[in-house]
Amino acid sequence: MQKKVSLLIVLFFTIFSCFSFAGGEATQEKGGVYNPVPTIMHHIADAHEWHLWGEGDNSYSIPLPVILYSEKGVDIFMANDFNHGHSKVIKEDRVYSIDNHSHIIEEGGLEIIDLSITKNVASMLISVFLLFLIMGTVSRSYSRKNVEPSGLQAFIEPLILFVRDDIIKDNIGKKHEKFTPLLLTFFFFILINNLMGLLPGAANVTGNIAVTFVLSLITFLVTTLFGNKNYWGHIFKPPGVPMALMPIMVPIEIIGMFTKPFALMIRLFANISAGHIIILSLISLIFIAQSAMGTGGAWGVAPVSALFVLFIYCIEVLVAFLQAYIFTLLSSVFIGLAVQDGH
Amino acid sequence: MELVTPAIGLIFWTTVVFSLLVLLLKKFAWKPILSAVDERNQSIKDSLAQAEKARSEMSELTANNEKIIAQAKVDRDLILKEARDMKNEIISEAKDKASNEAEKLVTTAKEQILNEKMKALTELKNHVADLSVEMAEKILRSELSDVAKQKELVTKVLKESKN
Repeated sequence: MQKKVSLLIVLFFTIFSCFSFAGGEATQEKGGVYNPVPTIMHHIADAHEWHLWGEGDNSYSIPLPVILYSEKGVDIFMANDFNHGHSKVIKEDRVYSIDNHSHIIEEGGLEIIDLSITKNVASMLISVFLLFLIMGTVSRSYSRKNVEPSGLQAFIEPLILFVRDDIIKDNIGKKHEKFTPLLLTFFFFILINNLMGLLPGAANVTGNIAVTFVLSLITFLVTTLFGNKNYWGHIFKPPGVPMALMPIMVPIEIIGMFTKPFALMIRLFANISAGHIIILSLISLIFIAQSAMGTGGAWGVAPVSALFVLFIYCIEVLVAFLQAYIFTLLSSVFIGLAVQDGH
Repeated sequence: MELVTPAIGLIFWTTVVFSLLVLLLKKFAWKPILSAVDERNQSIKDSLAQAEKARSEMSELTANNEKIIAQAKVDRDLILKEARDMKNEIISEAKDKASNEAEKLVTTAKEQILNEKMKALTELKNHVADLSVEMAEKILRSELSDVAKQKELVTKVLKESKN
């Protein structure tokens, strides 16, 4: 029964995402064969509006607040004031418009910082809110003392304990207590954003390099700030390395300080984005077939494509857990290397 | 290159949201959850240890009981054995005593019989002697009435006594 339900949910997502995609893109033909790249790039990129369906001027989206900071102050307005890029928004002496890269610019050449609640920020806020709800519920269920876990608690508790005992404790060792809240939050923040990103029409939060940049920057800062004598000793005077090799080894170690979090950033971003790109590409096959062979061709390709999408979807659910695990694991390893005593 | 250019706004919001998330979850989720779990684990561990202790105490008690029972059995056997020995001793003692007594009785009886016999014999002897003397007197009286016969008798007696 439960298996059937979850299978149905996956099927629903697959079909719904096909439709929500299909509605928008069927018209995007420029002679010749349909080019899916702009659409895919648009889907995985951030946006000022939460696009639901429709294309161009006929698209339906949820407008999100635009917040622009400049030395002349902060301007706040809704993204639909741009009217799909046709209008300019005028605030006092400042005129804002959208350039052809979907960036907001000030026509007078004023330097602005775009702090808008974009699609990704909104999605992240929803995820965080959900995470609070889940963790709040779980946390409350412990008020019943010494009772076996049940319901949501029974699902979340093993995850929490797995992350703490098998990832954090194993890799950091005795001094893990200080880093446990951060690393647990890494895991669940990445996990819930990965999973939310799989919903049809959802944003691609953990597949955005800005988000993964911040997360890996935190790992970098923690390893650098909490790194002990032993850690720095390994970088500036690698033990067991002959003096002659020092000019090579020390720069490599210093570069290594940065490549580790850099790899974290790229890994999460690339994995999640790649998953989205694969699903979108497989759905695009239908439109490529339509533009190349007509509607009949599209009908022929659609079932195959849908099956593949379903398959990739299942893998993406796995990847959602896997990438959250890997990010937390590697962060723990790096922090562990920084704070462990020499052996 | 849009894809790999981090947007400043998103960096800002991610930093703010994530930092707040860490602080709030730390206070409202991780600490209470982990401490509750650890507490529960500790109580499970304690309960198990207690149960184990109770079990070992129990087995110790059982072992003690068994020891006591075994000791009791040994004691019982010892007492029984002693009783049996005592019984045998008493019996044999009684037997000895009885046979001694009997022997004594027999001896006394024998002695008495002997005494009586001796007495009777003495009496008889005396009686016989008296009788003989009386007879002798009577015979003598009759014999001595004839002088010839007196002489003959005296010589005969003398002869006999010489022998």
